[in-house]
Parts: sequence; C-alpha cells; structure tokens
Amino acid sequence: MDNVALKKTANELRKDIIIETYNAKSGHPGGSLSAADILTYLYFEEMNVDPQKAKDPNRDRFVLSKGHAAPGLYAVLSLKGYIPSKDLKTLRHIDSYLQGHPDMKHTAGVDMSTGSLGQGISAAVGMALSAKVQKKDFRVYAMLGDGELQEGQVWEASMFAGSHGLDNLTVVVDNNNLQIDGSVKEICSPYPIDEKFKAFNFHVINIDAHDFDQIRAAFKEARETKGKPTAIIAKSVKGKGVSFMENAVGWHGKAPNEEQYKQAMAELEKNGEALA
Amino acid sequence: MTAAKIATRESYGNALVELYKKHNNIIVLDADLAAATKTGIFKKAVPDRHYDCGIAEANMMGIAAGISTTGLVPFVSTFAMFAAGRAFEQVRNSIGYPHLNVKIGATHAGISVGEDGATHQCNEDIALMRTIPGMVVINPSDDIEARAAVEAAYNYDGPVYMRFGRLAIPIINDKPSYKFEIGKGVVMRAGKDATIIATGLCVGASIEAAEKMAQKGLDVGVINIHTIKPIDKELVIEAAQKTGKIITVEEHSIIGGLGSAVCEVLSENCPTPVLRIGVNDCFGHSGPAVGLLHEFGLDAEGIDKKVSEYLK
Repeated sequence: MDNVALKKTANELRKDIIIETYNAKSGHPGGSLSAADILTYLYFEEMNVDPQKAKDPNRDRFVLSKGHAAPGLYAVLSLKGYIPSKDLKTLRHIDSYLQGHPDMKHTAGVDMSTGSLGQGISAAVGMALSAKVQKKDFRVYAMLGDGELQEGQVWEASMFAGSHGLDNLTVVVDNNNLQIDGSVKEICSPYPIDEKFKAFNFHVINIDAHDFDQIRAAFKEARETKGKPTAIIAKSVKGKGVSFMENAVGWHGKAPNEEQYKQAMAELEKNGEALA
Repeated sequence: MTAAKIATRESYGNALVELYKKHNNIIVLDADLAAATKTGIFKKAVPDRHYDCGIAEANMMGIAAGISTTGLVPFVSTFAMFAAGRAFEQVRNSIGYPHLNVKIGATHAGISVGEDGATHQCNEDIALMRTIPGMVVINPSDDIEARAAVEAAYNYDGPVYMRFGRLAIPIINDKPSYKFEIGKGVVMRAGKDATIIATGLCVGASIEAAEKMAQKGLDVGVINIHTIKPIDKELVIEAAQKTGKIITVEEHSIIGGLGSAVCEVLSENCPTPVLRIGVNDCFGHSGPAVGLLHEFGLDAEGIDKKVSEYLK
C-alpha cells in the first residue's frame, strides 16, 4: 500500500472506532484513534498474517498490551477480514463476543487477551522467546500506552527481552502523553522513554505516529536490527482525526453522544474525501 | 508406608526430566529459585529448555502465557507465595481468563517452609487459585502422587496449579493399584465413626493419626483429596452419608482451602458437621518444619488429639 491508501484505510479505521464506541455508549476512543495509523500499517503492510489462516503457527503475532484500545484493534481486524464489520456495532453489548478488552478465546485474530496494563508485553516476550527456542522466524509486535509504562511489569519484561536479545520483538509505545487522570508527564513521568528502553538493551527509534514514511522506515529498521529488541517510541495525538477529541484527556474513556457522533463522522468523511 | 522420605518439590524436578523424555514440547521457567524449586534438576538434564526469568514472577507468568500460545507447554515454577500471591492477577488475567495451557509448579507451600518464616510460608494459595475459573488445583500427598500429578497436568489441556512442599515426607502411595486421576479422591482407609479428608502432607499424618485412634477404639476413615479443584463431590458426599462426621486437615488456612471446599459441597448437598483442621487464620513463624507442624497441630499427634476430642 502506498501512503495515500494507508491514510484512507486508517481513516476508515477511525470511522469504525467512532461507530463502535457510539454504539457501545462506552469504550476508549482517544487511545484507539492515536494508535490507528500504526495499527493500519501493522496489519496492512508489516505483519505476515492472513485471516484465512488465523491460527497459522508461523504467523506474526500482535499483542495489544494497551488493551483498552480494543475498538482500534477490532476495527483493523474487521477491515482486514477477521471479523464482520456489522459486528463492530455490538462492541460491549451483553450478547456480543466483542469484549471491552480483547478476548483471544472468542475473537478471531486476537493473539492475546489483554486489558490489565503491563501484562501484554510479557506475553509478547514469551511468544518471541518461544520463536527463538523453536527456531521459527515469526515476529512479535506489542503496542503499549505511555501511561502503561508506569506498570513495573513493563520493565521486568523489557529487562528479559533486552537481556535475551530478542530481536524478533518490536515494542511500540503509543506516546500520546495522556492518561485517565491527566498528562502522563505530570502524573508520573516516564520520560525520557527512549533512554529508558536503551538502558534495557533495546534499539530505539523515535517517530511521529501519524507519518507513514516514518512508520515504514521504523519497522524496516526494527526488522533489520539483529541481537536486540526494538522499541519504537511513536509520538502521537490522543483522539487524532476528530477535532474535539484531539489532545483532550476527557476522551480517554468516554463515548460520543449522537451530536458528537455526527460531528466526528462528518469530519472523518470530509477527511476521506480529501484523500480521494 | 515405606521408610524413604522425599520432598514433593524434588519429585517435581525429577518428574519434569522424565516428562521431557516422552514429550519434548515442554519448557521450564523459574525465577531465580531453580535450586530450591528443584527445576535445577531439569536444567542440568535439559539446559536449553530451562529459562531463568530472574526475580520477576509477574513477568514470568506472562512469558509462560505467551509461550503457551505458540505450541510449547510451559511449566513455570517459584515458591507458592510468589506464584499464587505476588503474581495472582497475572495468573488470573493472562493465564486463567484465556484458559491457557500453562502448568504452575508452586513449591515451598505451607508452614513447612520452616526457618524462612511467615513471609515465605504461603497458607493462602489454594484459596486464591481455587477462585480462578477453570483452574485445576492439585496438592499431592507424596513422591508417587507428585510425579503422577505432573504427568496428568501435562495431559490436561488448560491451566493447572500444582502445590509442592519443601519438607521430605514419607511415601504413602506405594501400592500396585495406585492410579492418579485429576478430580478423583482416594480412600486411604475405611472407617465407621468419622472420615478425615486430608490433602498434601497431611494425608500421611492423618493415616498415622487414624491408626493411633484405632488403638483407642475409634474407627476413623481417611480420604486423600489431591485435587482440590475440581473436588471429588461424590466421594465427599458418600463419606458424609456413611460416617456422619467429617474432619478436614490441610497445611493451609482453614479459610478458603480444602476445609472450605468440603463445606461448600456438603452444605449444598448433605449438611454435615465438619471440623476444619489447618492454619487458624494466623501467620506462621520461623522454626524447623517438623516443630512447626507439631505446634500447629498438623502432625499425627496433633490430628489424633483434635479428632479424638471432637469425637468424644
């Protein structure tokens, strides 16, 4: 996919995120929108995955360690063909398999059940270790929130990954600088994030999370890096693509009402038309 | 009962080596306690399938969860305190919720940890692990049962918590008819006056206590419940119906463990008076294991005394 096609796909993904959370009347639009471009790139360019062979043991794996961005993950899985797009409207409903946080047992394409912060990265490290032990060449990708970096388990997992030189592991930090209670920097600063991962023996790349040239170059560099895991620190905008959600802490875990839904969809429609 | 004594943690280490000979898709994880949990025995035999995660139990549980999704079967080991206690939420959310095929070998359970004292004596692990949906909880009573449990855990598809001890204990299951089946209790001794339902190292002590009571004219049966979850409801109910009085004995808090599990079964199916013998809602302390078991009334002498008084 060229950058225009990626942008169009990411815009569709953003629309789905708004549709999902509006119909759920709850959920996490802000951190899903900030992750939308990278999720798009991972599923449409980077990862060796095929919805027709969802359980292929040699497929690449993705672990959404920031599990609350489930609307973003479901949107990309739907666009990729794992789950029917009509099901997206059932997110969080009592009779739906689309849980508030990813459930690998009931949702095709979900490689790990996540939601309790700090735990997904450990599972990703386990998958990467297992690939090495079994001499398989699949790669493992984990996406973390920047607030999530406050969980000590993230650094236990990073220490292990760095110590064992798991170069088949790429960690992406969705660095939108906002968490529920306010700015990540003010609440308990994880900065400098890049220096911290470097100290744990990671190869580190800083990028703009919404620039596909930079995203493409970073994942290529990660694949070419030997002997070390890679951390991509992706500076993002929480709520990206919906003007009134951008950089607004209140949109971490709140669904749009009807009026906000219409406005958000209109903005995204317009954005899509501009790309056409 | 034979004179030989062996700690079930040692049985665990030996069983892993045997298991690998039959099933080379296992991998063993530890958290800087390989010498104590006895996974060191496996490490020596199969070094490239043993990974030390360092002192980071929460991460180790997550690593095991991830590994289990890729075709290997992880056996993950540390002390019960850290497996069930420190990493409870990781076990619940990363292993239990997705029902992953992870086997937890938790050693140094109960007060028989001994000298290390209360911080390391886990009397709450059965209670904690029992609350996780789909988790199998096994507490073997000797070397033979511990080794059989490891094999059974491998053959079961899903998460299993196995509880092992530090203290060397007698072998009590050395009969040709012995067969281990997850969820099936074992009648160790028949009796008419009451039934002791015991688990782990308390099974051997309970048999000894029943023998002492027999000399005083009390006919007390003993059932070994090695699988606390799923518990053998039929056997528990049958014992209650036959003898009318039940005593549970465990090296665990009387809250949430075997005693609670038995009471849950009986209160709903066959209300029966139950005396729970165990750690009475208190912490342990430092001392030799045998001395502590005596102090807490969990040796044959203590069990005999409490049960005899109860049956007066």
